[in-house]
Amino acid sequence: MNLSDSKKKLAIAGIICGLIAAVLAKMGNPANMAMCIACFVRDTAGALKLHSAAAVQYARPEVIGIVIGAFAISLATKEYRSTAGSSPMIRFILGMIIMIGSLAFLGCPLRMVLRMSAGDLNAWVALIGFAAGVATGAFFLKKGFSLGRAHETNFASGTILPILMAGIFVLSVCTTLLAASEKGAGPGALHAPIAVSLIAGLLFGAVAQKSRMCFAGSIRDIILVRSFDLISVIAGLFVVMLVFNIATGGFHLSFTGQPVAHSAHLWNILGMYAVGFAAVLAGGCPLRQLVLAGQGSSDGAVTVLGLFVGAAVSHNFGLAGAAAAAATADKPATAGGVSTAGQVAVIICIAACFLIALTNKRKGTK
Amino acid sequence: MKEVDARGLSCPEPIMMTAEALKQTKGPVKVLVSEPHQRTNVEKYAKDHGKKVTVREKGSEFEIVIE
Repeated sequence: MNLSDSKKKLAIAGIICGLIAAVLAKMGNPANMAMCIACFVRDTAGALKLHSAAAVQYARPEVIGIVIGAFAISLATKEYRSTAGSSPMIRFILGMIIMIGSLAFLGCPLRMVLRMSAGDLNAWVALIGFAAGVATGAFFLKKGFSLGRAHETNFASGTILPILMAGIFVLSVCTTLLAASEKGAGPGALHAPIAVSLIAGLLFGAVAQKSRMCFAGSIRDIILVRSFDLISVIAGLFVVMLVFNIATGGFHLSFTGQPVAHSAHLWNILGMYAVGFAAVLAGGCPLRQLVLAGQGSSDGAVTVLGLFVGAAVSHNFGLAGAAAAAATADKPATAGGVSTAGQVAVIICIAACFLIALTNKRKGTK
Repeated sequence: MKEVDARGLSCPEPIMMTAEALKQTKGPVKVLVSEPHQRTNVEKYAKDHGKKVTVREKGSEFEIVIE
């Protein structure tokens, strides 16, 4: 079945993904974090001990499921193509930038939309930065930006990331080798039951593969080709989560008191600016990169590795944003925000995006 | 016939190259792509612009003729 040939079908795909997210929210995933690629890759990087932030270590079956779900559906529908060779190291860096920017804001574009649907005004502010970043990327695409062609490779090359993901899952279930946040330690300790998370991830990955769901692509296509196709997927997801949040009392229209969020507006804007810019240069948002990797793209897989390393760098060097916290019995309230090191990192990320955008042109364009 | 070789390129380059070729010529345009999602994108773009589209599978790649 082709899910991507009409706006109606695309909106239905978005609604299905919204329902999956609602189930995950209900079953125990962290607040306004039913599904977040940046957060969940970060947690998985923590489980693998690439960083040791005790609050955010857990091998998230959702991320694993998305890659394997996209892999399985692309094999079943003959859309699997093992490809590689489109500037892999630049894609690796773009993956790192996407993660560092996302963690400054505390969420990937997918979580930004979930936070928006819960009334978190900080996410609406961040959307300004994200859209501006996408627009900047689109500007360079118009000028002839390209990372070059990928070429077909041996079938096996594209299977590596799905196999590694399956390996992480086996280790997380069958051994005690991986780290896991202890109860009460933070978002890493909050999760839906493993089976629910895995099935949700598999379904989400399959639907995302068929619908080409992409948060950066949806805004990019409006700017470049006046196409509202991809935004209809996001709209479907947003509406379902909005209804869910209102129905379950999770909707609060405010800047403060939002779960795992801060109100450093400038850094929310600049963090998501870097994400939007880098995602357009890389040909897709973090979710899309997981799906591309699942359907055989080694370039997508390298971008995903960049996400993992970006998460490790963010937490090992204190670049990630700190969430605002209300006062408790033994601690005063904190406003949260982005550390000086984190601010410098975001600026470097944006500068790196411009450098990459200016130095990579499609052959034959000026 | 004008030919556009968009094989192996990332989104949205195939569509942008197709759009540019359609602007430059009145005659038919042949677009080569290697990924199924690029095929759908180009096909849909052309149909949305009132063109007739024929797609042929060539091995693992696609040849799309737009007229």
